[in-house]
Amino acid sequence: MSVNAISEYKAEPKDRVENFHGMQLLYIYWPHHLMFCSPFAVMVAPDMTFGDFLEQVLKPAVASHPDSARADFLKAEWKLNDEPFTPDVSATMKDSGIDHKSMLTVTTPGLDGISGSGS
Amino acid sequence: MSQLVFIAFQDNDNARYLVEAIQEDNPEAEVQHQPAMIRIQAEKRLVINRETMEEKLGRDWDVQEMLIDVISIGGNVDEDDDHFILQWN
Amino acid sequence: MAVKNKKLNLKDKYQYLTRDMAWEPTYQKKKDIFPDEDFEGIKITDWSQWEDPFRLTMDAYWKYQAEKEKKLYAIFDAFAQNNGHQNISDARYVNALKLFLTGVSPLEYAAFQGYARVGRQFSGAGARVACQMQAIDELRHSQTQQHAMSHYNKHFNGLHDASHMHDRVWFLSVPKSFFDDARSAGPFEFLTAISFSFEYVLTNLLFVPFMSGAAYNGDMATVTFGFSAQSDEARHMTLGLEVIKFILEQHEDNVPIVQRWIDKWFWRGFRLLSLVGMMMDYMLPNKVMSWAEAWEVYYEQNGGALFKDLERYGIRPPKYQDVANDAKNHVSHQAWSTFYQYSQATNFHTWMPEEDEMKWLSEKYPETFDKYYRDRFEHWDKEQKAGRRFYNNTLPQLCQVCQIPTIFTEKDDPSMLSHRQIQHEGERYHFCSDGCCDIFKNEPEKYIQAWLPVHQIYQGNCEGADVETVVSKYYHIKLGEDNLEYLGSPDHQRWLEIKGLKPRASKPGSEQDAA
Repeated sequence: MSVNAISEYKAEPKDRVENFHGMQLLYIYWPHHLMFCSPFAVMVAPDMTFGDFLEQVLKPAVASHPDSARADFLKAEWKLNDEPFTPDVSATMKDSGIDHKSMLTVTTPGLDGISGSGS
Repeated sequence: MSQLVFIAFQDNDNARYLVEAIQEDNPEAEVQHQPAMIRIQAEKRLVINRETMEEKLGRDWDVQEMLIDVISIGGNVDEDDDHFILQWN
Repeated sequence: MAVKNKKLNLKDKYQYLTRDMAWEPTYQKKKDIFPDEDFEGIKITDWSQWEDPFRLTMDAYWKYQAEKEKKLYAIFDAFAQNNGHQNISDARYVNALKLFLTGVSPLEYAAFQGYARVGRQFSGAGARVACQMQAIDELRHSQTQQHAMSHYNKHFNGLHDASHMHDRVWFLSVPKSFFDDARSAGPFEFLTAISFSFEYVLTNLLFVPFMSGAAYNGDMATVTFGFSAQSDEARHMTLGLEVIKFILEQHEDNVPIVQRWIDKWFWRGFRLLSLVGMMMDYMLPNKVMSWAEAWEVYYEQNGGALFKDLERYGIRPPKYQDVANDAKNHVSHQAWSTFYQYSQATNFHTWMPEEDEMKWLSEKYPETFDKYYRDRFEHWDKEQKAGRRFYNNTLPQLCQVCQIPTIFTEKDDPSMLSHRQIQHEGERYHFCSDGCCDIFKNEPEKYIQAWLPVHQIYQGNCEGADVETVVSKYYHIKLGEDNLEYLGSPDHQRWLEIKGLKPRASKPGSEQDAA
């Protein structure tokens, strides 16, 4: 469907990748750790390697969680936009198929949040 | 399923008379006192009669005067010179 | 005796002063005068069927509104003269007012503009008069709320730049975009959105139990403007119900259009009210009723009666009502968790509930609080006591439609976030729910332009790349005064001084108390 309007209704997406000055948006969700209220929204360079992403982006983001020290994100279960995903630390974001506004979901079995409450 | 209409008034001097009049004309209605407000609910129908209000107040009373003290209502409204009715069909 | 007979009865007076003041145009086409009446597909065959049950005429309107204002301002004066702010239950309460002033009062102003605009679009005189009165009411609400809260602005932080913040601050894009969505719709959708779905179905939840709570926390100024505004609301609600019945009775083709609008605006309103849920459960130190209880009375019970009444027009209860009913046990905790962790970017303070409050939450939410939220809160409390007050230093993902961070959980699995993603014309879009995703799919062009605060920061449009700069320069939130944790904040210090719990720091030149 489309908008019912008094004249022709045209709109441009506000968050096209061109608007991010060479960077791209990425969302990361760590299930069963709802102490972080929602998935994170971060900006990454398309040529950043997955290894750098883990060390420089994900780990600092989750550092305040008591489970973070025990989380082995490389051995975790990954999904990219709801499809199974195998991380390769040396591959770039772009080579890994992680495009603008993609969402990564990383599940760490055995880690179920504060006192196992999913928080 | 039960279908309740309701009206809520500010808990002030005017509302005392409204509540008295409503209780008299709607013996089934339930009156709930909450901080700063009085909420009255009834199954399907609730009526405020001008005549009863005038008796309570000892003066002429315009049905629209209730607009000053009412907080909220639930139900279809039917208002004329003699009454204010809330109802579900 | 004969004098009384000369007075017109209500019906005649309404007829003379409203309908009979209108006229049929002779030298202009009606379509040219009211060009926006039919583009939404709503068919009106007979405007004379419009009913205004209150039959309020302009003379009576001024009379009663003037009386309300006199009563209201007498209380404001008394409140200010008696330093009423010193008699509230606790200064934590004032934080609810900060959210109110930045999040709700600007909506009153937006409603004023909305009704002033649509009041011009209808060819029926009854609808025009009702919209005109409501426009004036909404302007009054915006003004009286600012007057009432201006007293608090003298004594507490975070209340100094509400309209500026409303246009810019990340969480205020939620109420702002809600109203912008309604105001940029056609006149009939606007009435369905605001008069019916918002005013009739949902505003009771804001103005009745929350304002009753304000009274219970000693805030006479707020409860008075709240109830005074709500007394207009009773009229607005009646308009909302009449609008819907009128549209539905005019033509059967209107039914599916109205149903889609009800589905959309119920969901949008429900999401917006997450803020109110948190205000009730967490920001009122003295509790009146829980958000879940308020939802049961004002939505499940009253809304249930309403939708049963509308069945005969072929209208069913809003889509995803079951998800909303289930969420009553979660949303306030989820919203409070969110604001707690992003308090570095709010104009109000947050805190962890005290022990008796935690107990109250467990009692009011026996199915959910202990199971899903207590551990989180106790952990944060412990961290804070150890000098590590938790703040989330990474920005959140936002829903493309409601613009709330995607914080809500699945109805059937509260341990998992509810998240939906679709691709539209090559772009990815993310949503908090099926409700918001459906709204997008119905009108994608409208929502692809959403001004999402997080993305705007990353695009460099908010005067800085780091949170501190954005918050202070772009939002006008004063760092270390307006934002962060309540305990130890300047507001907290001031409150302790007011209550004589801590000696006043000596300040040269402020010795007026000595007299």
